[in-house]
Amino acid sequence: MSFHAPRLPWTRRRSQVIDPDLLLLERLRAGDESAFVTLVSLHHDPMLRLARTFVSSHAIAEEVVQDTWLGVLRGIERFEGRSSLRTWLLAILVKRARTAGGREARSIASSDSASFVAAVDADRFQSSGAWGAPPEAWTDDLEERIGARALRDQILAALADMPERQRAVVMLRDVDGLQSEEVCQVLDLSPGNERVLLHRGRSRLRQALEDEIGAIHT
Amino acid sequence: MRFRRTPSHIWCQQVVEMVSDYLEGTLPARDQRRLDHHFTICPPCSIYLSQMRETLRLAGKLVPEDLSPEMEQEFTEVYRRWREES
Repeated sequence: MSFHAPRLPWTRRRSQVIDPDLLLLERLRAGDESAFVTLVSLHHDPMLRLARTFVSSHAIAEEVVQDTWLGVLRGIERFEGRSSLRTWLLAILVKRARTAGGREARSIASSDSASFVAAVDADRFQSSGAWGAPPEAWTDDLEERIGARALRDQILAALADMPERQRAVVMLRDVDGLQSEEVCQVLDLSPGNERVLLHRGRSRLRQALEDEIGAIHT
Repeated sequence: MRFRRTPSHIWCQQVVEMVSDYLEGTLPARDQRRLDHHFTICPPCSIYLSQMRETLRLAGKLVPEDLSPEMEQEFTEVYRRWREES
C-alpha cells in the first residue's frame, strides 16, 4: 500500500451519490468484460489483505480472491443490494478463506481476546491511575517532519504484528472505511467483540506511531 | 441539601481504555459525558485523544495497491472462463 489521497471507492463515502460499484455491476450483468476488471481492481487489495488474515500464504490468499470472484460471477444475479456490494463480496471471501484456512474452529475467543492487554503500558501511570509519563503532543506536520513513508511503514508493521482477527477488524474499519455494522457482518462478529478488537488494534497503532515519532523528537 | 450533578471522576488509565469506543460513539451516555468532562480538565488525555484521531487519519490514508497488469490478465481469464461456462 502507498500513502496518498484521494481514494475512490473504498473511502468513507456515505453520501448518496450513485455508488460506482452498482454502475459497474450493471455493466457487468450486461456482459461488459472491462467492467469486471475495473470492479476487481477496485476491491482487489482489501480482499487480498483480508484473505491473508485467514490463510498462511500470499499464494493461497490470491487463490481465495480469484475463487471468490468466480463465485461472484456465478451468483451475480443473486445480489439483491440489501448490503453494499463490497460487504457482500467480503462476506463471500471470508467464507471461502475460512474453508481454505481450515481455521473455522479457531474462535476469536481463543486467538485474539485471551488476555487483557493494556492500551498504554501500566508503567506510564502512577499508582493512582493518573499519568506518570504522559504522551507529548505531535506536531501538525507529521508527514513532512517524519515522512509519509516512515509513518506508513510503521502502521503496516504494527498491522502485521497484530493477531489476525484484530488486524482484520482494524483494516476493514480504519483502513478501508467500512461501517462497524459492516465489519460485524463480514467477519461474523458481535458488536461487542468488534469494539474490543478495534480498541486493541487502534491502541497498538497509536503506540507504534508514538514510538516512531518520539524517537525522532529526542 | 442536594449535590450538583458533576460527572463522576475517572482516572486517565481508564480513559485510554475507552477512547476507541468514545470515538465510535458507542459509550453509554453517562460515560460519554464523563470522558467529555475529563478531556476538558486533563491535557495529557486530550493529547492522547488527538493522537488517536491522528492515528486513524493516517490509517485511513493508506491506499490500495493497483492491480498489476499480470493480475489484470488473470482476472480477464477468470471472466472469460465464466462466460464460456454460462
